[in-house]
Amino acid sequence: MKKSPKIALIGNPNAGKSSLFNSLTGLRQKTGNFPGVTMDKLIGKWKLETGDEAEILDLPGIYSIYPKSMDEQVVINILANPKHPDYPDLAIVVADASNLKRNLLLFSQVRDLGIPTVLALNMIDVAENQGVVINSVKLARELNVEIAEVNAKKGIGLNGLRLAVNKTLASGYNSNDSLPMSYSKELVEEIKEKYGDTDDYHALLWLSEHDNLRQFNTQQRVGFDALQEKYGWITQEAQSKETMARYAQLNEIVDNCLHEMPVEEEPVNTWTDRLDKIFLHRFWGYFIFLGILFIVFQAIFTWATYPMDLIDGGIASLNEFLKTQLPDSKLTDLLTDGLISGIGGVLIFIPQIAFLFLFISLLEETGYMSRVMFIMDKLMRRFGLSGKSVVPLISSIACAVPAIMSTRSISSWKDRLITIMVTPLMSCSARLPIYTVLIALVVPETSSLFGIFNLQGVALFALYLLGFFVALFSAWIMKLLLKVQERSYFIMELPSYKGPRFSHVAITILNSTKAFVFEAGKIIVAISIVLWVLASYGPGDAIEQAEIKVKAENPTLSGIELDNKIASQKLENSYAGVFGKVIEPAIKPLGYDWKIGIALITSFAAREVFVGTMSTIYSLGGEVDDENSTVMNRMRAEINPATGKPMYDTALGFSLLIFYAFAMQCMSTLAVTYRETKSWKYPAIQLFYMTGLAYISAFIVYQVLK
Amino acid sequence: MKTKPMKTIADLKIGERGVIVNFTDQGLSLKLLEMGCLPGTQVTMTHIAPFGDPIAVKVSGYVLSMRLNEASTIVVA
Repeated sequence: MKKSPKIALIGNPNAGKSSLFNSLTGLRQKTGNFPGVTMDKLIGKWKLETGDEAEILDLPGIYSIYPKSMDEQVVINILANPKHPDYPDLAIVVADASNLKRNLLLFSQVRDLGIPTVLALNMIDVAENQGVVINSVKLARELNVEIAEVNAKKGIGLNGLRLAVNKTLASGYNSNDSLPMSYSKELVEEIKEKYGDTDDYHALLWLSEHDNLRQFNTQQRVGFDALQEKYGWITQEAQSKETMARYAQLNEIVDNCLHEMPVEEEPVNTWTDRLDKIFLHRFWGYFIFLGILFIVFQAIFTWATYPMDLIDGGIASLNEFLKTQLPDSKLTDLLTDGLISGIGGVLIFIPQIAFLFLFISLLEETGYMSRVMFIMDKLMRRFGLSGKSVVPLISSIACAVPAIMSTRSISSWKDRLITIMVTPLMSCSARLPIYTVLIALVVPETSSLFGIFNLQGVALFALYLLGFFVALFSAWIMKLLLKVQERSYFIMELPSYKGPRFSHVAITILNSTKAFVFEAGKIIVAISIVLWVLASYGPGDAIEQAEIKVKAENPTLSGIELDNKIASQKLENSYAGVFGKVIEPAIKPLGYDWKIGIALITSFAAREVFVGTMSTIYSLGGEVDDENSTVMNRMRAEINPATGKPMYDTALGFSLLIFYAFAMQCMSTLAVTYRETKSWKYPAIQLFYMTGLAYISAFIVYQVLK
Repeated sequence: MKTKPMKTIADLKIGERGVIVNFTDQGLSLKLLEMGCLPGTQVTMTHIAPFGDPIAVKVSGYVLSMRLNEASTIVVA
């Protein structure tokens, strides 16, 4: 027996796999990536009976080993390839006892792959409530497998599971010797001869699924195609026949081990039934969905601002403290205006991201999200999307990168592609600080709508809605342009409502926030430093000359006014200023000057640097005092040299808001689009259509409001 | 000769039951089988989405949603 065996958790979606994973490993888990794909891989440690630590791998939920979508494909790529680094030494198949036959189908397939398998029977209480009593001792004997009865959510039965795993690991593989369906031995022998020795079931799996298995190269795939032709193998037919044969076998076994008690005819009015009457209602369903979204935004705008103000103020006072304590030098400036401002720009996101993931994971955990898909499917289909597009679209109010990855559950390529293309139009959390700052500048804080809603919150909600409707509109255009006839389907489970597992919610928030801080944070901090350099140095000696020039031109000025004049003169002559000036003619019609131009240039890598850039631009050399220390106040104080009025007036504010709402300014999103579509064509289209849309819309807004 | 159109899940009304007889679409049948829609299984129509599509049925102890055009490939008696 291996010292640290690899154990894979396999099961139907909603069978309680993730609950079991959390119960087994607690917080001792980490996320990684499956080799070659970007899907999150959850690994945890579990102490076995022998004292050895097993490595537990939580695989995405599947209904069978024949994948219908990209996320299911990940599991098959591991199970089909015994040489895969994640290939398990043992599989725990988690089965929902209240839906035993369907769950055992997957179990029988996994076991026939020759993987030592333990069956964890979950949700026995649910089955019993439905009047179904399972004789698990008998079932274990008939299936020839170790069975552990568990309650994954409460963490009951883990010791029994430990014993079952131990027994199975010690005894190795004990399976039924023969597969339930008939197949050509000759064909299987030929596969083994050509592709290496393996068991019959692996050979047949390779034959059916070779096109999607990463372990085979093109030449090998052509070989499989030839074999299919030679033996008249029709994959779909063979898989249907196998499924029927397995069910026939399982029916007999399950009927022997299952005792059904008579229950009342029309089963009790369960909580799920009652809630569905409201949530799936033709009016209240949509009303509640919109209401939930609205509450989410109001809450984020008001609750998240407290910790955000604290972070903002904390960074400002830290900078002030360092500036007074450290010697006045370039190095101090780099530390305060460059590095710490940059880190502050990352940290300030944390409250909002945490709140967004809190709401999204709550909606998913409780089972509400699949109801949203159900009531939205028909509407979304008109726009070339699917009900399943709702989850990526909602997730992308947190971040488009995981949202685009979550489109893998959409089985139709056309639906999936359109969803990927329009998802970045949804306002992600990186736009939130930009919206926050600009809305605060142009929408009065004190006014309210109907005396209840904060008008700034309403403006924020309107921007999110705008993103959503423009995404729908773009999807509709793409639906007309993409001439692919492909079947999409919507066969999915509506799970019963469950109370959220708060530990699971907490883990999701923790992992997502961590990923953001370290992944996006790296880019933001790096850009902040580059920006500081570009803003502090310039071509020739123009920067050194700036002070002399200003003093010569304005002999009467002194104090803060003089310092500000010098600072802006210096910035204008820096590299950043030069770049900003180069693009100024292009952005002038939108109402922007070269300072905003600098922010636009840096935002093309990642839009979240906008606020950081603004604070760098407006803080350079400026006096740091309490009154003037936040970015917002500095921007508010900025005067348009042409008019003498405040720079950030309504026209400019809304023009910038619209630009940032639509423009494609995120390298990570472009990279993930490339990875998911395997073509540079789609990220290129995304970049041009979104940015074009942003430019034209911002132009119209500015010209109308001016 | 015109045959009487077969009754499918798409024809069921809310609360109405049927027993699956067979499938008219080979491509969809595998997915449906894997989801527990076996010939001989009883289904009950439980929900129809606000615009008439998709629908949800209770089958082997859980609720399964599908679009009307998918439901119309499952013949019931």
